[in-house]
Amino acid sequence: MRMRHPMAIAALVFSAGAAMAEVESTDPIKLTLHDWTGQLITTNIMAAILEEAGYNVELVQADYLAQFPGIESGDLHVAMELWATTAAEAMDASIATGNTVSLGETGMQAKEEWWYPIYMKEQCPGLPDWKALNDCAEMFATPDTAPKGRYLGGPVTWGGYDDERVVALGLNYEVIHAGTDAAMFAELESAYQRKAPILLWIYAPHWAPIKFEGEWVEFPPYTPECYNDPSVGVNPDLAYDCGKPTGGIFKAGWVGLEGKWPGAAKAIKAFKLTNEDMGAMVGKVDVDGMAIEDVVDEWMTANEAVWTTWIQ
Amino acid sequence: MTLWRGIWAAVALLALGLTIFATLPAGLLGPPQSMQLPFAKWLTAGMKWLTDSAAIGPVTVKDLTRAFASVIEAPYKVVKVLLVDGITEGRGRRATTIIPPLSWVAVTVAAVALGHFARNIWLGLLAGALMTYLAVFGQWDSAMVTLASIAIAVPLGVLGGMAQGIAAWRWPWVERVLSPVLDLMQTIPTFAFLVPILVLFGFGPVAALLATIIYAMPPMVRVTIVALRAVPSEIVDFSNMAGCTPWQRMRKVMLPVALPDLMVGVNQVIMLSLNMVIIASMIGAGGLGADVLESLRRLNIGGGIEAGLAITALAVVLDRLGQAMSERVASVEVRKGNWWRRHPRTALVLVVALVTGALGFLIPILQDWPKAWEITTKPFWSDLIEHINVNYFDQLEAVRVWFLEALLLPVKRFFLALPWPFLLAVLTLAGWRLGGIRLSAVVLALGLFVAATGLWEQAMITVYLCGLSVVIAMAIGVPMGILAASNETAGKVIGTVVDTLQTLPSFVYLIPVVMLFRVGDFSAMIAVVLFALVPAVKYTAHGLRSVPDELIEAGVVCGCTRVQILRKVRLPLAVPMILLGLNQTILLALSMLVITALVGTRDLGQEVYAALATADVGRGLVAGLSVAAIAIIADRLIGAAAGRARARLEGV
Repeated sequence: MRMRHPMAIAALVFSAGAAMAEVESTDPIKLTLHDWTGQLITTNIMAAILEEAGYNVELVQADYLAQFPGIESGDLHVAMELWATTAAEAMDASIATGNTVSLGETGMQAKEEWWYPIYMKEQCPGLPDWKALNDCAEMFATPDTAPKGRYLGGPVTWGGYDDERVVALGLNYEVIHAGTDAAMFAELESAYQRKAPILLWIYAPHWAPIKFEGEWVEFPPYTPECYNDPSVGVNPDLAYDCGKPTGGIFKAGWVGLEGKWPGAAKAIKAFKLTNEDMGAMVGKVDVDGMAIEDVVDEWMTANEAVWTTWIQ
Repeated sequence: MTLWRGIWAAVALLALGLTIFATLPAGLLGPPQSMQLPFAKWLTAGMKWLTDSAAIGPVTVKDLTRAFASVIEAPYKVVKVLLVDGITEGRGRRATTIIPPLSWVAVTVAAVALGHFARNIWLGLLAGALMTYLAVFGQWDSAMVTLASIAIAVPLGVLGGMAQGIAAWRWPWVERVLSPVLDLMQTIPTFAFLVPILVLFGFGPVAALLATIIYAMPPMVRVTIVALRAVPSEIVDFSNMAGCTPWQRMRKVMLPVALPDLMVGVNQVIMLSLNMVIIASMIGAGGLGADVLESLRRLNIGGGIEAGLAITALAVVLDRLGQAMSERVASVEVRKGNWWRRHPRTALVLVVALVTGALGFLIPILQDWPKAWEITTKPFWSDLIEHINVNYFDQLEAVRVWFLEALLLPVKRFFLALPWPFLLAVLTLAGWRLGGIRLSAVVLALGLFVAATGLWEQAMITVYLCGLSVVIAMAIGVPMGILAASNETAGKVIGTVVDTLQTLPSFVYLIPVVMLFRVGDFSAMIAVVLFALVPAVKYTAHGLRSVPDELIEAGVVCGCTRVQILRKVRLPLAVPMILLGLNQTILLALSMLVITALVGTRDLGQEVYAALATADVGRGLVAGLSVAAIAIIADRLIGAAAGRARARLEGV
């Protein structure tokens, strides 16, 4: 009696393995999870599709930038969202080692810019034009920055050249760096509840521009020359006198992925989503409080015709 | 005595004069470029060599560490199947359960049985109630993931710590080697060694487990050494006479005698493991820590508080069970009869596990607490913060501005304006005064190290933020400790508050604090004070309580009033203990640095955090070592001061 139980389990486990033998390898493909909702949704959809195709998938929590050594060594296999705006350098460096390969674009576009809630427009009618910022600097000021306005930038690690931008465009503002995006959005929520002035860095696709009504500041449009060449742009002496670049969101993976799971690599490369779809899904999770699994299930049912072509 | 007072007064005046009036050349404010050494590059290169090419014979170091990781992973997987996953067919969305994990009823009954076994039915009911709390508030699944990793980390931490402690007790040279290593392990911010661990041991739960073990083990080593030393020599002699081999002596005589002390170490390992839950979830531990982080990222404050309180509930269950085990009188009840008569509780738990597991297929409530019955307090917390935010913001803002302008900014300017050779000279002088030439040499060497890293400014911001927080924590904590020691009811209330503060992850209160006080140094200071308050209260209360009754009676006989007894008898006698509390307060304040970096401070913690975000091994370790250097300077100076205070008391 004692022996029979484990044996029965073993038999079941083996038969489960046999049922999936049609894929190239039943070793789990490891997809990385980061810490923002959009990425969790993207990765879970990809995992669901790969599982429908018969692959074993494992989702591993890993830091956005610290994951690259793991991908290079083959400990991790796929990263689903690498934003050109924040991870471009790290991704290029990793691809240069020859152990990481790009798996194409996700179809989504990243946007990052200065942002203000819509109620500020009544008090500062010149917005969204950036030239109006200086007229309203005092309105955005707090005791620690007065008489300068206060702009809440992202964590120092995000880069973004805001300190340079403030100097180059002659903005009467002080850049205060939030430590994390959680802290940044905590301030936004707090200000929004009180209808208090706030000007901060927001990125999309994200739940904040869905939950809170507001607008992006319109800076002179970004060009590579504006960042590299001081003479280009509004200020002839300094670079960074324009807005932030927008960019694609890329997928990348371990170099051995294609050899080991060719079908999976093909499906991952084919994966595409739009900003609108993603924004709606992020809103369902972060604003309406739906579970990520339910949102993913909903997408899978609604888009069966789409994803079945990816795994053929 | 008066001479030294004069010297210190002169030093203080000189410092003020230098910072307010003098305009100094830049080379005196921060260490010049020429004396900075590229520690970060060396460490990064060393790490790269270790992971890419280092080898012992044909086996590379990386293979070894990976093999080690898989050895730890195996038992973790077993526990996880038992508590979380059950046995399933297929993976992810296609998984169907064949054998479910232990049901919530079974685990709760097991907790009750353990409580009953360890002390009495009341403890059992407390443990059971807290486990039910986890189920009712919908935290069950995450709590079991956390419990699974604690169930592996704690035994490994305890065994590893005991092994090192025993080795250090037997061979003095081991202790000489271990002691500085332990200092570093306890003072380097945990973030600093996360990246090396990821590179060496791979991504996922094992790396998180290892980070937890490294963080939680040092107290066990120290407690083991102290406990073994405290075994009366007569008992050791007796075991030698009885003809024990060294191994028998250790196992059958020394360890059982030292058991109550060792259990203190076990308790520390449990608490510290739970402290790491959040940070471990950043590198893949999952469970309650991940829930806290995710809720707070979504500004779901209620969700964060509920998950955080679930961590506290787990901590209370494990802590109380552990304490009861250590106090359990070794009165082995000899029962006769069949196996189940001899082990009634184990039998009960097994039966409940099997029955609920089997019936769970028919009656799902036995297996999982139904979602519809879950209670939540989330809206309450969010509404509370919103209410405070909307109605009291002006008052809170006034408080913040006052603190910033009257306290934080002047102190910050003072530290940043202090010339570095002057500060080093003062520290060396203090070291010489308190502990002689050796201590002054240690202090000078560590100070020079910080100067040579090129992180002087960040280090000064660290000193200012932590220093101010420690002063405030002591100013609040010592009176609370005095109150707790002099009034039993107050003692109980304060004890509960302090225990909750210690186990509630600091993230949970960090985000509401930011909503009310914005990002910046003031929010960081509140978080540090809340966390570092705990030892200030505990050690003060303990110091006052352990003043011998005869001395207090002597005071009463002399006609002292209560206030006089406190001021002239109890407080002076408690000074060494309070200084120890100060020491711990400083260490905890420094350990909070990395967390405060998350709300935008610009200190060494931010440097460590930035290094983590860019996977820069060397940069993180150098900043971490600088924090460790500051901590060790503070620790040694205060330790020496406490030693002198004790010597003075005993000399009287």
